[in-house]
Amino acid sequence: MAAALAVLLMLARSTFAGTVLIARQVWLPEWGLDLALRLDGLGFLFAALILGIGLLIVLYAAYYLPEEDRLGRFYALLLAFAASMLGIVLSENILLLLVFWEITSLTSFLLIAYKHEAHDARIAARMALAVTGGGGLVLLAGILLLGQVAGSFDLSDILAQGDRIRSDPLYPVILLLVLAGAFAKSAQFPLHFWLPIAMAAPTPVSAYLHSATMVKAGVFLLARLYPALAGTDLWFAVVGTTGAVTFVYGAYVALLKHDFKGLLAYSTISHLGLITLLFGLNTPMSAVAAVFHIINHAIFKASLFMAAGIIDHECGTRDMRRINGMFKYMPRTAVLGILAAGSMAGVPLLNGFLSKEMFFVEAVENRAFQGFAPLLLPAFATAAGVLSVAYSIRFVHDVFFNGEPVDLPRTPHEPPRWMRFPVEVLVGIVLLVGIMPQVSLGAILNVAAAATLQGELPDFKLAVWHGFNLPLVMSFAAIAGGMLYYIQRQRLFDLHDRYLPNLSSPVAFERIYAAMARGSARLLALVDRRSLQLHLTLFFVFALGFGFWAWQSAAPASLKGSLAAMPVDPWGAMGLAALVVGAAGTVAYHRQRLTAIIFMSVVGLIVSLTFVRFGAPDLALTQLSVEVVTIVLLLLVLRFLPGEAPAELSAARKSRNAILALLGGAGAASLTYAMLTRPFETISGYHIANSLPQGGGTNVVNVILVDFRGFDTLGEIAVLAMAALGLHAVLQGLRLEPYAGAATSEADRHPVMLAMLMRPLLPLALAVSVYIFLRGHNLPGGGFVAGLITAVAMTLQYVAGGIDFAMSRFKFDCVRILGAGLFIATGTGLASWLFGAPFLSSTFSYIEPPFIEKFEIASAMAFDLGVYLVVVACVLLALIELGGLSRRELSPMQSGPTERKS
Amino acid sequence: MELVVSAGIGVLVAAGLYLMLRPTSFSVVLGLTLLSYAVNALIFFAGRLNAESPPLAIGGANGIADPLPQALVLTAIVIGFGMTAYLVALALRTKGESKTDHVDGREEA
Repeated sequence: MAAALAVLLMLARSTFAGTVLIARQVWLPEWGLDLALRLDGLGFLFAALILGIGLLIVLYAAYYLPEEDRLGRFYALLLAFAASMLGIVLSENILLLLVFWEITSLTSFLLIAYKHEAHDARIAARMALAVTGGGGLVLLAGILLLGQVAGSFDLSDILAQGDRIRSDPLYPVILLLVLAGAFAKSAQFPLHFWLPIAMAAPTPVSAYLHSATMVKAGVFLLARLYPALAGTDLWFAVVGTTGAVTFVYGAYVALLKHDFKGLLAYSTISHLGLITLLFGLNTPMSAVAAVFHIINHAIFKASLFMAAGIIDHECGTRDMRRINGMFKYMPRTAVLGILAAGSMAGVPLLNGFLSKEMFFVEAVENRAFQGFAPLLLPAFATAAGVLSVAYSIRFVHDVFFNGEPVDLPRTPHEPPRWMRFPVEVLVGIVLLVGIMPQVSLGAILNVAAAATLQGELPDFKLAVWHGFNLPLVMSFAAIAGGMLYYIQRQRLFDLHDRYLPNLSSPVAFERIYAAMARGSARLLALVDRRSLQLHLTLFFVFALGFGFWAWQSAAPASLKGSLAAMPVDPWGAMGLAALVVGAAGTVAYHRQRLTAIIFMSVVGLIVSLTFVRFGAPDLALTQLSVEVVTIVLLLLVLRFLPGEAPAELSAARKSRNAILALLGGAGAASLTYAMLTRPFETISGYHIANSLPQGGGTNVVNVILVDFRGFDTLGEIAVLAMAALGLHAVLQGLRLEPYAGAATSEADRHPVMLAMLMRPLLPLALAVSVYIFLRGHNLPGGGFVAGLITAVAMTLQYVAGGIDFAMSRFKFDCVRILGAGLFIATGTGLASWLFGAPFLSSTFSYIEPPFIEKFEIASAMAFDLGVYLVVVACVLLALIELGGLSRRELSPMQSGPTERKS
Repeated sequence: MELVVSAGIGVLVAAGLYLMLRPTSFSVVLGLTLLSYAVNALIFFAGRLNAESPPLAIGGANGIADPLPQALVLTAIVIGFGMTAYLVALALRTKGESKTDHVDGREEA
């Protein structure tokens, strides 16, 4: 953070010279979204506040938070939050600004919920997220419209087109949407309620949220878009009124709070209201005053919160009815607190006085109400000033004086030296600015205000003494009135308790929130009955309906196409008969699971034979191997499922399902028939013609897989790997009880003959798979088939020798092989970049090793090796995991036959 | 022959759909397997029936099977296995957690 501040200061020169630095990195140009940053006076001012105060907060938090807390998490969140805040103030692109805006909502959610064990912290965080995040959505709408109207999402363009935007018919909509977002963030009435509750966060976070960040994002947006949106009557009405109401409301409630953090929170709301009101006044000078007050408020509020945190830390409570007389126990902290509070009240020689004075001047000079009530605004300003003074006095008097503390949990004393240091720095600035405003802040205020207005600055001078004038009288009237008001406070408390006991929007918010949650749960329950059967039924019905609709709307709906029919051969007819038997058997016996698997394997076999019959040896080999491993897989599962499934409840449902299934079958059959009898145009000609010259192989299927469509294949093996890893994760730590009657005898499971036969078979099978792999480029075979054959061979060892036998011999980690396979496949693709070719380009040449024929080696083979490894690892992982379940199964009833060793 | 092939696919789809609508997870696995046979076959036969030899680029493009659907189906078969394995694992997990092999994790009332 210090480094960032240093960088910022290095860039300061150009900012003060009035130039705007813009750094641009193209991101999503088609959406008008670039990663464009902008550093001008306003951004510089905010960045300096965010980084400077952030640095002090970091130091302060180290002392504030107890050691045993996970400070790493806290700092990570705090820095992420600060960074996103910086992003807001330095964005050139308003879409980018919105992205950062949402990130601050999220990170502040996490910060407020830092003490997530506490219920109220979670409520507070949720509320802050709902309000500011919801505001962000509204702002998104506003910004999109603004970008449409301005024709660009870049601030430079938008700020230059203020007149066009203001005269657009969409202007009121844009304005209201943007303002709603800004007001939600800046806690303006009536969206203010999240802020006082958000003080459930640790005090360093509150200090940061309330002073330099978060709530300042809203007013920053007002300042940022001031040249584009301000200057109209609508702006004056909405911004001015909201600001004024918030200003008074916050100040009024602040006095009523007994918790001093609550008092400070409402004072923040009040001051933000003041800033908003100043922007709303629509004169250049009031905007300058607003920017000035942003600085001052950030500085004194951060120091006040940190001082409050010290007192809270030392006393163990925040109730001002119990904390009294702190001046005696911690005089240094008290002096700091008093100075900061004085600035909040607007006491002369402190910085808060200056900006408040500017506000009074504006109130007197503003022409808006000149017609009918020239004194309305000044009177209002003075009244609001009275309230601010009153709550400041309450803070100072109740906490630091007012007798002795009332049974505090611990005895307070001065905090560690470095915990107080950040407060000292800030209060030092308060004094410095208060006494020598032009020297200390003149320059930065000038550039920031100029950047806000994007035009001529009004002529103004920062000085403590402007002569004896009306605003000065108003200041002193406010201070005197505030004292009086404070003295009479007990009467006020009584009045408030009698007439307005539940002035609480959080309760209303919670009620609405809970009602909405219930409503959506009910709506969801209507749609989603959490039943797979229902979902599938709906899905199939709709698929059928759409299919039928498509067929109906294609006008010449004859099923038979123009192709001449092929003659039926006896093998085809027999195949169909076997298929029907297989499928019907699977359905008829699906409740007797072992029988169903046997019937299903018949179907798989027929499908493999079909592939042979119609010229697809690759597919036949693949289907056959997959068939074997699938059957083994399903048999493994049977151990944990009862051999028979329970009968279903309703016959009506069965017949409904049967009708749906038959309709689906009929639809699929007619679709197939319609397709098969129509001529077609294939794009395979290209693949066949170029397979040998470009891919270096004659097996077109394999060349398509590893070369022409290699990228697809990479995706496919990635899916395969994910399925295997998913299975690995799902079965993690699962322990099942085998169903009663499952085999328990070692001898039954591993017949000796099979075990003996299988051992010599393994090297043979591996040799075959190597052969299949190598020839794959030219003859049927390749990585997929070879991988499956290897997997089948190894599976046989498991079947024959048992899992313990096999596991003790195959000492490798399937997950690692999976990773290696993906790595090789991707690496092959990336390697082609080294030669300047696109991803996954392939090359090949021929080598002539001794003893065997001329042999072609292609880079696609390395890719195929990756495929091979993934397939082997995936199949083995699935089978080993499922087989391994039997090793950690729960013992069933001990009454069953005990295990005997053979 | 077209009729034979279409009928075969239709039978597989019907059997697959019916099984997928059963309430026990194992039947759903069986149904899905049958349905994927059917779909694979459908894609494969998009290359039509008149192939005389496998798609090897040795003697020109005449009479050889269309390689593209074959390439698509080849990976689909292997992924089908991955999906079956994953589904089976899910079914077992459901069994372990809810003590029933009903697809919804609870017996019907």
